[in-house]
Amino acid sequence: MRGYLSECRLTIPATLDEALGLLAREPGTWTPLAGGTDLMVLFNAGRLQAANLMDLSGLSVLRGIQDHGDALSFGALTTYTELREAPAVHRHFPNLIRSARATGALAIQNRGTLGGNISNASPAADTPPSLLAYGAELELVSARGARRVAYEAFHLGYKRLDLAPDELVARIRVPKSGAGRTFHFFRKVGTRQAQAIAKVCLAAYGRVQDGVLAEFRLGLGSLAPVPARARRVEAVLAGARPGALPIAEAQAALAEDISPIDDIRASARYRSVVARNVLGQLLRELDMIIK
Amino acid sequence: MPDSISLTLKVNGLERTVEAHPFARLLDVIREQLGLTGTKEGCGEGECGACTVLLDGRVVNSCLVPAAQAQGAELVTVEGLEQDGELSKVQSAFLNHNAAQCGFCTPGMLLAATDLLGRCPSPRDGEVRAGLAGNLCRCTGYVKIIDAVREAAEGGAAR
Repeated sequence: MRGYLSECRLTIPATLDEALGLLAREPGTWTPLAGGTDLMVLFNAGRLQAANLMDLSGLSVLRGIQDHGDALSFGALTTYTELREAPAVHRHFPNLIRSARATGALAIQNRGTLGGNISNASPAADTPPSLLAYGAELELVSARGARRVAYEAFHLGYKRLDLAPDELVARIRVPKSGAGRTFHFFRKVGTRQAQAIAKVCLAAYGRVQDGVLAEFRLGLGSLAPVPARARRVEAVLAGARPGALPIAEAQAALAEDISPIDDIRASARYRSVVARNVLGQLLRELDMIIK
Repeated sequence: MPDSISLTLKVNGLERTVEAHPFARLLDVIREQLGLTGTKEGCGEGECGACTVLLDGRVVNSCLVPAAQAQGAELVTVEGLEQDGELSKVQSAFLNHNAAQCGFCTPGMLLAATDLLGRCPSPRDGEVRAGLAGNLCRCTGYVKIIDAVREAAEGGAAR
């Protein structure tokens, strides 16, 4: 059963200030709505509890991809299609392109937004592992001002965010690479390529300089209550030499980084085994980078 | 909060104004207020693509679009594909290949195929599959659908 229309309110603020003012006066009342690809599913299923929706989709200040020289920033309303169509994203952040392609299918990619994907806080979302791997930062705004948080610190627990009731995610800032050779890996394991929700997702970014891994981050999806960095794996690989990576040790560390569950999509055991195997594939590719 | 809002949009080339609940779904406005029942509701959760329409030139799942967000937009439904009584190239190709079985997915397939060929006039097989990946056919008649899209593409069936 669908939600009851008569119990739904929709407000369409004309400016960001108006939106933030309303959030400040009535904190916790309004649920931000952008492309609707998650919220409308809940609404259609009759599971949308907060039926007071604030439509942000017309706020152009929350749109657009900007090049800051050392980073790109994405307005929260940037769609997956806009990501896919941006040459700078292809050049600097190929994992974000793969994430965008892996999300739903075209009709979803035309409507769904990066800010929505983050704020909806699903541990199975497809862009968070890539954002974690690239060390993204979020710009949050409220009537009180703006603040920045590291994306890796944004997810506090299952569907719990470091986001006050009067705050919105305004922009997502992703730093470009430093010197050296870079490595990008994204792998989502789902039932099919389109429309499937991830059973396991790994996204990695590495930078090799003077023969050693100067930087390496691994983002995980569907393997913990939140999108998370694989800190123990990263520690094992810090400063390692491609060509002689401690692959088995890293795979053993992964078991400590993840807490997969049994659910309708996959068993915890399946997720563990597949995550370990995908990590093996990832590290064998990284191992070859200098051969 | 008003009980209804006035929505003006260009529907298959003609400007229309309708009254709708502020949080009505675009799908319901299309079927009920605009009376265009070619657009179907399948899953109601953005998985099946039966409700696919073109909104400002992009495919969307109309079951997931609040109608208020379509204010001022240009909408194309399956009824808008023919021109002056002539079927579009994609529609003719579907007919030639018997690409409709029960027909429920067909309006969405036609719009997804039209969108694909607009972006990519001579798609490879993989591109056809990717272009239709958000549209499910429960009769599983994909082979004929893909053949039809291939025929409608530039270069036609030879590709």
